[in-house]
Amino acid sequence: MSVLAVEVEKVLGTLKLAVRFQAAGGATALFGPSGAGKTSTVNMIAGLLRPDRGRIALDDTVLFDASAGIDVPPHRRRIGYVFQDGRLFPHLSVRQNLDYGRRMSGHPRDAGALDRIIALLDIGHLLERRPRMLSGGERQRIAIGRALLMRPRLLLLDEPLAALDAARKREILPYLVRLRDEAGVPIVYVSHIAAELARIATHVVCLNCGHVVATDGVDLLKDGDADAFA
Amino acid sequence: MFDIGPEQWTAVALSLRVSVVATACALPFGIAIGWLLARRKFWGKTLLDGIVHLPLVLPPVVTGYLLLISFGRRGPVGAFLYEHLGIVFSFRWTGAALSCGVMGFPLMIRPIRLSIEAVDRRLEDAAATLGANRFLVFLTVTLPLAAPGVIAGTLLCFARALGEFGATITFVSNIPGETQTISAAIYTLTQIPGGDAAAGRLVVVAIMLSLAALLASEWFARRAALRVHGE
Repeated sequence: MSVLAVEVEKVLGTLKLAVRFQAAGGATALFGPSGAGKTSTVNMIAGLLRPDRGRIALDDTVLFDASAGIDVPPHRRRIGYVFQDGRLFPHLSVRQNLDYGRRMSGHPRDAGALDRIIALLDIGHLLERRPRMLSGGERQRIAIGRALLMRPRLLLLDEPLAALDAARKREILPYLVRLRDEAGVPIVYVSHIAAELARIATHVVCLNCGHVVATDGVDLLKDGDADAFA
Repeated sequence: MFDIGPEQWTAVALSLRVSVVATACALPFGIAIGWLLARRKFWGKTLLDGIVHLPLVLPPVVTGYLLLISFGRRGPVGAFLYEHLGIVFSFRWTGAALSCGVMGFPLMIRPIRLSIEAVDRRLEDAAATLGANRFLVFLTVTLPLAAPGVIAGTLLCFARALGEFGATITFVSNIPGETQTISAAIYTLTQIPGGDAAAGRLVVVAIMLSLAALLASEWFARRAALRVHGE
């Protein structure tokens, strides 16, 4: 079953991005060295970056189709996005950050969903704090919770652990595994660290210099870090 | 110290009313144009920027004259507004509010524009992925994060409006009870023999009002900054 179908081209400075892959349920890793075009690819899936050519479809919805002139704006794509730097709203409390997606889409309050996600990510004790008062690991957990609570059809995680030290990474990884197994949302996970992806990914897409160089199961990650592909 | 006559109190009350109305009416334009200048690229942007800042560098008399010929009863804009909306500016307190708003506008725009420019666009992107359309992104992320600048700009405009003299007296003259603001009243008092003492007392009132506006601006902006950055 194919969930996400991406086939896009985009010129970004000297990088000519031409990416084509399909992702099913579970966690698909976008793996490759820095500058391979991983973040640009997820930005195009989220609608934050406009491809020059191509097509992006999620289930049976076309999100972008250059030849048909379709370009669904990001706020109507219902794709959760966890950024490398969290991007929590500094003027809102953790609770308001978590609730933001629901408020913007006008869904009724759903205490059950909130409780489930608070339990999944262990963030109940942080709700009244401001983002500034959180550790890096806590911030990323809130960012994941915020993206999940908008009830996304797809979750994009762009190097969600990159800003964290080794101890914090170990703290978050189990939550990500739980997320994959329990949240029931397909995940696209961007990283250049093989060990991290080996824990989470069910399927791997290797990118280098703007192109897909390999797609397969997690066996691809055995060769070590992405720089091995460079 | 405050034994100033009813005419002078009228001027003080009128000044406050004119400044409040001028600032309140300028604010939506200030936010809209501040956003345009901060976030959009369009043809004529430099020109718009220049026009908005013109009252800052033009002699106020020139601004007043330009208002008179365009917004006067027989001016092109003034005639249109009178015929279609029944709004009259010439020799009315509304005209004083217009000239005060125009004169205060550059001071309002600058902090608003700078604070919108300083808002992290990546936060706006994050809001969009969470389902907020452009307007909601502006309302729930950009504007609250730019609040310190919006408040600073609002109070600077108010303070400027309170002290406006040249453009106002040129545009709507100096009619007690209608267009005679504090500044105009002080000027009038200094022109009549023995008016110096009364003028001095009004000067004290003017200083206190301006100082209060500046202090309030500082206090509100600091409070908003605290709110924005959390704790």
